[in-house]
Amino acid sequence: MKETNLEALETAFQAKIDKDIRIEPKDWMPEEYRKTLIRQISQHAHSEIVGMLPEGNWITRAPNLRRKAVLLAKVQDEAGHGLYLYSAVETLGADREATIDDLHSGKAKYSSIFNYPTLSWADMGAIGWLVDGAAIMNQVPLCRCSYGPYARAMVRVCKEESFHQRQGFEIMSTLANGTPIQKALAQDALNRFWWPALMMFGPNDSDSPHSQQSMDWKIKRFSNDELRQTFVDVTVPQAEMIGLTIPDPDLKFNEETGHYEFGAINWDEFWEVVKGNGPCNADRIAARRNAKENGQWVREAAMAHEEKRKAKQAS
Amino acid sequence: MNNDLYTYTLRIADDSLILGQRLSELCGHGPILEEDIALTNIALDLIGQATTLFEYAATVQNEGKTADDLAFLRYEHDYKNVLLVEQTNGDFGQTIVRQWLFDTFRVLFYDALQHSSDTQLAAIAEKSLKETKYHCKHSSEWVIRLGDGTEESHSRTQDALDLLWRYSDELFFMDETDQAMIAAKVGVDLAALRPIWMERIQEVVQAATLTIPTNNWKQQGGRLGKHTEHLGFLLADLQYMQRAYPGMQW
Amino acid sequence: MSTKEWPLWEVFIRSKQGLNHKHVGSLRAPDAQLAIENARDVYTRRNEGISIWVIPSSEIVASDPDDSDSLFEPAASKVYRHPTFYDVPDGISHM
Repeated sequence: MKETNLEALETAFQAKIDKDIRIEPKDWMPEEYRKTLIRQISQHAHSEIVGMLPEGNWITRAPNLRRKAVLLAKVQDEAGHGLYLYSAVETLGADREATIDDLHSGKAKYSSIFNYPTLSWADMGAIGWLVDGAAIMNQVPLCRCSYGPYARAMVRVCKEESFHQRQGFEIMSTLANGTPIQKALAQDALNRFWWPALMMFGPNDSDSPHSQQSMDWKIKRFSNDELRQTFVDVTVPQAEMIGLTIPDPDLKFNEETGHYEFGAINWDEFWEVVKGNGPCNADRIAARRNAKENGQWVREAAMAHEEKRKAKQAS
Repeated sequence: MNNDLYTYTLRIADDSLILGQRLSELCGHGPILEEDIALTNIALDLIGQATTLFEYAATVQNEGKTADDLAFLRYEHDYKNVLLVEQTNGDFGQTIVRQWLFDTFRVLFYDALQHSSDTQLAAIAEKSLKETKYHCKHSSEWVIRLGDGTEESHSRTQDALDLLWRYSDELFFMDETDQAMIAAKVGVDLAALRPIWMERIQEVVQAATLTIPTNNWKQQGGRLGKHTEHLGFLLADLQYMQRAYPGMQW
Repeated sequence: MSTKEWPLWEVFIRSKQGLNHKHVGSLRAPDAQLAIENARDVYTRRNEGISIWVIPSSEIVASDPDDSDSLFEPAASKVYRHPTFYDVPDGISHM
């Protein structure tokens, strides 16, 4: 009896999804759907927050006032985006601080790209252009994701992110058109961030275990490889336009398919970075953990003050 | 050029720039996500104020320099900010006490400066006042939360106040530049602001169950370009790109 | 190091005069005042609002989706509440 009931609920749930009816927080949903969303949205939120660090590195060293303000605003937006996403996680019954603790303990993952170092100002350009560009490609389809709060958060995020990629490209094209030293900085940044940016779309479809279920649930709308291909197709001409060279000797345009063919991605490196062996994994997590630990007394104080105030009011 | 007006504007600009730079160090490291965003907003306001003020200072100077030249390419002793704003962030208590001492001053200062006979400064003050009132509300409330909160937060905040109090006096520093600007009805008589500042500080101190330090030995020198050790390191970061890659456009 | 985390608040923003406050998301804050300030910094960075409401999430009472059939379906059959239900002869305007 119970099992048929569950089956009926699942069928009704899938029917709703197939009809593109959004799932809202209090609606019935399969446990796996809930778990998948909590995992994916919190990973996404963690990526925004950890993603503040590599760029945060350069705020104090930004080369002029305009760039400093733009970078501050951009990194701050990332904090905002993290928050929108944590909000969505909390609608699923997960506790934000608990998911953050999972990040700090290494249990939860985040985008591997943020484990690469930012070594020059040009990296601010490369990150905005390539990393935000790749992120937008991933995120735009999520605006139509089946889970309402996630989709709505993504609409907000995507609207705000459009300036992120532009400011990055503007930095890159300024450098590429600047002095030879500046152009070399830009090329070096592209060389270091190109492959990690391609890895941001995740493993090849053949090696991506959760993909099919996520597609059926309309949490995911396009496969990793489809999105990666689109990214390459739009980005290569942009690089050419500003006179930079994509660091891939195998890259060539296929007239027949209308797509660029590109070289093999080093998946060993990808998995090592995911496992925690990237150049900056330890630093990034340590920075986040410190922020939380150093803020502990602050958060406690604010709660204690509010309790005292309430008690005073009651008496 | 009007030397006094240039120096006067630069002093205001440097306060904003240096404090904005300090706060921007915290972006990504705040005690909780929401406060990280709040502090960055304050930093952004300050960098924005600094930009307009440097633009004006460059106009007054009339040597063809840009706001960025003034912000990034002066030597340490040419920066005229008060010592308070260059002090390190320390813990959140120190960050917020520094902010509150400064904001309380800045609200009164801009409130007076918006009536300046110099229409540029008056306009900048009017716009900045709105932002600064919010900063002041935010930092004052935090001082109360922290002072009154727990034993630990109380003692940390009192420590911060003890540490920073010696730099508060300099907010009211005045010399011949100020006198000339006051005479021209451009500048603000800081002596008149002082009792109101003290009153507002005391109000918050009381609500926060803190104590105003009895140590009255005061530090000053920033307005004349004599700084604490902290400024050099801050400038090393701030100026890095302009010094390492001179004369390039970014 | 167990600590009571800040409670969750729901945020509603009025984007301009004449429009309703609209739910935009949530955030954490220890008290109402900071909830307002945080909402301002998190949700109105691009002039999205002129007025903010915050309410502790725990204070929201919501209808149960399982009841939605009995709550909302009865209204569906009352087509006579809509103006399109009525025939108006050709040539009649302003109605």
